[in-house]
Formats: sequence, C-alpha cells, structure tokens
Amino acid sequence: MADQTSVRAGARRPQHYLPLQILLGFLVIYFLVPFWWVIVNSSKDAPGLFGGGNTLWFTDRIDYLGNLRQLFTYDGGIYLRWILNSTLYAIAGGIGATVLAVMAGYGFAKYRFAARRFSFAVVLGALMVPATALVIPTFIMFSRLGLTNTVWAVILPSLLNPFGVYLMHVYARDAVPDELLDAARVDGAGEVRTFLQIALPLMRPAVVTVLLLSAVASWNNYFLPLAMLSDNRLFPVTVGLGLWQGIASANNSGGTSLWSLIILGSLVSVIPLVIAFFSLQRHWRGGLSVGGLR
Amino acid sequence: MTLLTEKRARRRQHETPKIRGKVHLREHLMGWLFVGPFAVVFLAFLIAPLAYALYLSLFQKKLIGGTSFVLFDNYVKAFTDPSFLSGAWFVLRFSLVSIPLQIGIALVLALILDAVTTLFARFSRLMIFLPYAIPTVIGAVMWGFLYSKGFGPLTDIFGLFGATAPDFLGSDLIFYGLLNVVTWQWAGYYMIILYAALQGVDPTLYEAARMDGAGRWQIATRIKIPLIAPALILILVFSLIGTLQFFNEPQILRYLAAGTIGTDFTPNMYAYQQAFSLANFNYGSAISFALGGIVFICVYAFLFFTRKRRSFL
Repeated sequence: MADQTSVRAGARRPQHYLPLQILLGFLVIYFLVPFWWVIVNSSKDAPGLFGGGNTLWFTDRIDYLGNLRQLFTYDGGIYLRWILNSTLYAIAGGIGATVLAVMAGYGFAKYRFAARRFSFAVVLGALMVPATALVIPTFIMFSRLGLTNTVWAVILPSLLNPFGVYLMHVYARDAVPDELLDAARVDGAGEVRTFLQIALPLMRPAVVTVLLLSAVASWNNYFLPLAMLSDNRLFPVTVGLGLWQGIASANNSGGTSLWSLIILGSLVSVIPLVIAFFSLQRHWRGGLSVGGLR
Repeated sequence: MTLLTEKRARRRQHETPKIRGKVHLREHLMGWLFVGPFAVVFLAFLIAPLAYALYLSLFQKKLIGGTSFVLFDNYVKAFTDPSFLSGAWFVLRFSLVSIPLQIGIALVLALILDAVTTLFARFSRLMIFLPYAIPTVIGAVMWGFLYSKGFGPLTDIFGLFGATAPDFLGSDLIFYGLLNVVTWQWAGYYMIILYAALQGVDPTLYEAARMDGAGRWQIATRIKIPLIAPALILILVFSLIGTLQFFNEPQILRYLAAGTIGTDFTPNMYAYQQAFSLANFNYGSAISFALGGIVFICVYAFLFFTRKRRSFL
C-alpha cells in the first residue's frame, strides 16, 4: 500500500483539507470505541466489572495475566481448543476454496470448452443464492452420511466460493496475456506447467485476495457450525463465545465470572485476523482493486 | 524474442483445419480439467442441497399418516404465517435503511480518503476498516456490552446530563441498535472496495476536468462517482443479499435483549428454529426457499432498476 500511495502522492501534490481530517478523526473514534471498551474491560475482575465504576476507563487493579490464565484454563482449556478449531477451519477451508477457485477461474478465462458460457452464468447466478438457505438441506444430507458433528461438516461446504471464481476469472482474463501462454506452449511446456509457472505468478495478487477472503469467511462463519456441530469440543471460537454469552445471560447472577471471560475471549479471538489483515494488506488490496471491480 | 515470434508464425502456417479440430478437443478437456474440481464441489454443496431443499419443501410430516406430498402447501403456509411475514417485512425495512446508510458513509469516506493524502488519512483508513476483520458474532457481542445497562457507558454518559440512557436492546430502539452494529461492521469494508476503485481511476481525468473549470465537488460527483458505479452496484447487490439473510447479529443479541428479539425475528432465524429446534425440516426448507425467492426478486428488481446488468453479470 505504502509504495502505491507514494507514487500517487508524487503524481499529485499532497492534500491536507483540515476540516475533513477532523471529521475523519471523529469517525475513527466511533470505529474504535468497541475495541477500546473491550481492551479496558478485559483488564478487570468481576467486582471491577460490576462495581459501577467508569466503564470506559481502567480500575486500580489491572489484571490481564490473571484473566488470561482463567480464560485458558476454564472448563479444561476449552477456549484454546476453540481457537485451534477456528484456525483449522480457516486454513483448510481457505486453502481448499482458493485452489478450486484459482483453477476454475483460470479455466473459465483461458479455455474455450463446451458449455463454458452456460457454466459461468450458473456460477454467477449462484452468487445470489443465500448461503444459509443451503445449510438445512446440507445438514440433512450430512446426517445421512454420518458427517454431522465432525470437522468435515464445517470444512467441506466452505470449499465453495463462487465469488472467488468470479474474481479469479476477471483477473486471469486481464492480467494473463494469451500470447504469453501460447509462447510457453510453443516452447514445449505442458498445460499444467504453463499454468503453474507462467499464469500463477501473474495472478498472485488476486490469489492472495481470494485466500484471505475465503479464510476470513471460514473464520467468521457462525450459522454453518452452529447448525452442524453439537459437541462443543469441535466448536469454532464464534460459536463457543455465543454459547458462553447464552449461558451468562441465562443466569445473570451465577454467570458473573463468565462475563469477564467472554470480554477477554472476544479480544483474544480478534487478534489473529487483525494481524493477518495488516501484514498482508499490500498483497490483497492490489487484488481487490484490479480484479474485483471492473 | 524474435525466435518466439518465428516459432509462432511457423505454427500458424502449419495449422490446418484438421489439426485445429484436435486442438479443440484438447482445449475442451483441459478446460474441464481446470474447472472440474470446482464443478464437483459446486454440484455437491450447491446444486444438490438446493434441489434437495426444494424436494423437502414439497412434503409435510404429520403425526398421523407420516410424510405426505403436499405440493405448495408449505409455501402457502409460509406466506400466510405472521411469523415469516413479520420477519420478511423487518429485513426488507432494515435493508432499505441500512444499505443506503452504510454505502453512503462508505462512499463519503472513500472520497475523503482519495482526496486527503496525509499520514493521518492513511491511519484512519486502516482503523475504519478494522471492524471487517472482526467476526460478526464478536462484533455483536462487543456492541451488546456497550448497549447493556450493567456494563455499558451509556448510563454514565447520559447520567452526566441527568437523562436516562436509551435502551438499544429494548423493542423501541432495537432497529437502531442493530443498524449501528451493521454499519460499524461493514462500512469500512465497502469503503476499502470503493477506495480501491477510486485509486484505479486515471488522475489525468481530474486534470482535464480542472482545466475545464470543474471544482472539487463537481469532480467528485460528476467524474469520480460515475466512474466507480460498477463497484457501487456490486457492493449494493452483495449487501442486499447479506442483509436479507440477517442472522448472526440478532441471534447473538437475542440473549441480551430478552423478550425483544424472538426466535422469528428474521426469516433466517425462523427457518433455523423450525429446522433445528423443532426438527421441522420440511417447513424450514420452505422458509429458506421462500427467502431465497425474495432475495432473487429483490436483486433482479434492483439490477433492472439500475439498468447496469452488463457491468457485472
């Protein structure tokens, strides 16, 4: 991102517009308030939370370590399991969906095969199918196969990413010249080698974008695992925290210790994705701007 | 380089119609080889479940007499069921308010960030985008805390002015409570997409417009917005599809907003309840299918309305 901006800043003089920056400042505060609240309140113990002090500032006792220990040991360390499950679902679903989408997008863009136009139209139509409308029948199909309440019930349906195919198709069409592929073929490279060594490096920004979007979709998924899983040791962190929230709300008096776990649990669960987004942003932003939106 | 062109020219010369037929067969095979794995997943996890849901929705399970074929009875039941209708009405109303709000904010932010090129602007862009990295469930949990009377700051803040805090989890304000959560969650994502589209516009166009005497406001409304119209329509369609399927946020806030959000608050929640709490898969499938129909109609009506179908489909 930085290099792109500096090139543009060089082309156009830097602009300041002070009133607009002040407006931006207020909006940034709005977007950060929930994070601030969670950061502050995950430092508190139960009396600090319910003591009626300032909810947007720290109490005298700042006890992140104690709360973290509690979070990771509660119920036999179930929270760590949830985080690991989420990681597994995000990586398996993300990589699987990306491999399929990259191959299919390239195939649609570069080969004139039978029923190509019709198939691509069907894929585009599928963008409009509500994903959640598929969960009920998939659940019944999986329960017949004995797959519900296994990791496969969450991973297999996440392999489907029609938007990824659409994005890869647009990107491959524009960023991979036919002449280059022809040249590689004439030089004796097979189709698979042409794809892996010529086309794939050219499609890298879009590949990273699709990978990140699919992994995020799997990490954030709630409806599918909620429906498919009943063993809480298989839950991803979203369903797990939802479960805790339900328990804590149901017995307001007895569940006080759980509230501080939910607050810290929310904070800890967002850290991996925030890091992934910020460290990869140079790669995925390029894919969004060039591929997605022509 | 010259060698390559020579080779290609030689190949062209040798290419006779007979050989081209062979090449075509190979191209069919290779094309399907690349698309095949996705096609398998597509058939297994999209076409098959859809067909199965349609099949299920045409049956009814009765205590006496078992399962019987009832054709469209479930759909007639859905479209006369006050639970489904009120849920559908809610998501339609919610879409009409939340989508223009989110995308309006995203558009204004993208235009500002495209014009202001300071370090602070770059920092703001990241911070405004941050909520997208948060699972919707966690976002709803966080806002649930901020709204709650027990831990939220609202009581304190309004207390300073001697006023009672608004209850965003109560039945009067839940619409706005959810509106705020959704805007917070998605505006940054849409902003990034629009910003990326704006960055793709050739800056010499702005120079030319400035030479013709256009001001900043005119450049924004007459040049920038029309040029990113395809991106705008794309995100409008996706937000419409997403909002009509509203599930995660109300499902999570349901625990905190006891009595305000029922199990039939949105059509998706109602379908979930029918299928997974009451094991009524036939009616649950019919509700999802009816919702899918509503989504389809809304998206096509929207695309027809904007007459930009070609830009993305």
